Amino acid sequence: MSGRATVQFTVNGKHYAADVEPRTTLVDCLRHDLKLTGTHVGCEHGVCGACTVILDGAAVRACLMFAVQAEGADIVTVEGLADGDRLSPLQASFRKHHALQCGFCTPGILTTAHTLLSEEPDADADRIREVLSGNICRCTGYVQIVEAVLDARAAYKQKWAAAL
Amino acid sequence: MKAPRFEYVRPTRLEDAIGFLARHGGDAKAIAGGQSLVPMMAFRLAAPRLLVDIGRIPGLNGIAVDDDGIRLGALVRWRDIERSAELQRAHPLLVEAVRHVAHYQIRNRGTVGGSLAHADPAAEMPGIAVTCDAQIVVVGPRGRRIIAAAEFFAAALSTTLAADELIIEVQLPPWRDNRRWAFEEFARRRGDFALAGVALFYDGGADGTATNIHIGAIGVGDTPVRLTAAESAVEAKRITASIIRDAGAAAAASVKPADDIHAPGEYRRALLGVLTERALARAAGLALREDA
Repeated sequence: MSGRATVQFTVNGKHYAADVEPRTTLVDCLRHDLKLTGTHVGCEHGVCGACTVILDGAAVRACLMFAVQAEGADIVTVEGLADGDRLSPLQASFRKHHALQCGFCTPGILTTAHTLLSEEPDADADRIREVLSGNICRCTGYVQIVEAVLDARAAYKQKWAAAL
Repeated sequence: MKAPRFEYVRPTRLEDAIGFLARHGGDAKAIAGGQSLVPMMAFRLAAPRLLVDIGRIPGLNGIAVDDDGIRLGALVRWRDIERSAELQRAHPLLVEAVRHVAHYQIRNRGTVGGSLAHADPAAEMPGIAVTCDAQIVVVGPRGRRIIAAAEFFAAALSTTLAADELIIEVQLPPWRDNRRWAFEEFARRRGDFALAGVALFYDGGADGTATNIHIGAIGVGDTPVRLTAAESAVEAKRITASIIRDAGAAAAASVKPADDIHAPGEYRRALLGVLTERALARAAGLALREDA
């Protein structure tokens, strides 16, 4: 036990070690220590969803866990979705459908929708809305977000078909 | 806000975790999913000096179903319950209630044991535990003990768990094949804390009578409660529109929710009556005329 702790995990395929206070949340560690500022901080108490990252395959709120709890985890942030400069199918769909305005909530919505479609490529509009109820967007009214996620399903279905 | 400073340990043996809790008394807190504790710390409503991360202790995340009932390890996450085909058969009421827990991302981290220990009066799992006569298995320096759910919740955010004890498992009695059930809750937005909620089940006889009725409510008091007056209105009767109305009225009359920033107490009381009616009608497969 000491005032600081070392935590190691993988983010977007790259190994990182960070020296943090135990009270440092995962999202603050990603942004301040790893300089991965794509993940946004909104409410800091688990209601807005802006900080959603993918931890061992599951969408989680990075403000609702301390970085030390993520020891050994495999993390994907919004920066890990695109293939270099090529937008992922979900990101391309967001662009096509104008599914963002200010963009503050978008990293959390993309990571959430990505895990949803990775696990449930047939998710219908109701299921998408239910899942995205954990992500607050104050600009769009969600209509185009839902349309973008629905439209991106084809790419995830193909991925599933290819994996079988 | 940022959480206050604390020290952090991550034991991999249950006895070590209990040792930390025992040595630090009320200054230490166990954390697993952290979906209730971390916001409490961010608001500085909780300020433990030591966090004991029990998330890596093996053997606490099992789901077991047998003739004696259902056992859920303390580290079972909501997503594990939602995705369990076995639990969908073995305890559909539990699975339906868990679908109402917070949001997708929180259900990916939050745990059964954490929700019980946190004891939010509006939380689903404590409501299911009380409604279904669950037994909560805890261990501490003095060994293991089993606490009935009815004895476990002492007040809002307060339980009879000692500071040096850990929940390791919750046990639910076996589900019967002829069981009818429903879960109804109302929140202003999907995923918000329920303003009120009702869980109920009964065993349906061939002649349509309901026996062994259990009705529990969340969000209408300091702790989840059994609605015994509403149960009496239904037990050993055939469920009809008039029985449903009686049960709803009995439910509403039996609670006295306090006013708070989310709703006046009278609103929650009226809501509980409506939700009780809806849940009974749904369990019985009856259509309810909302204007009746």
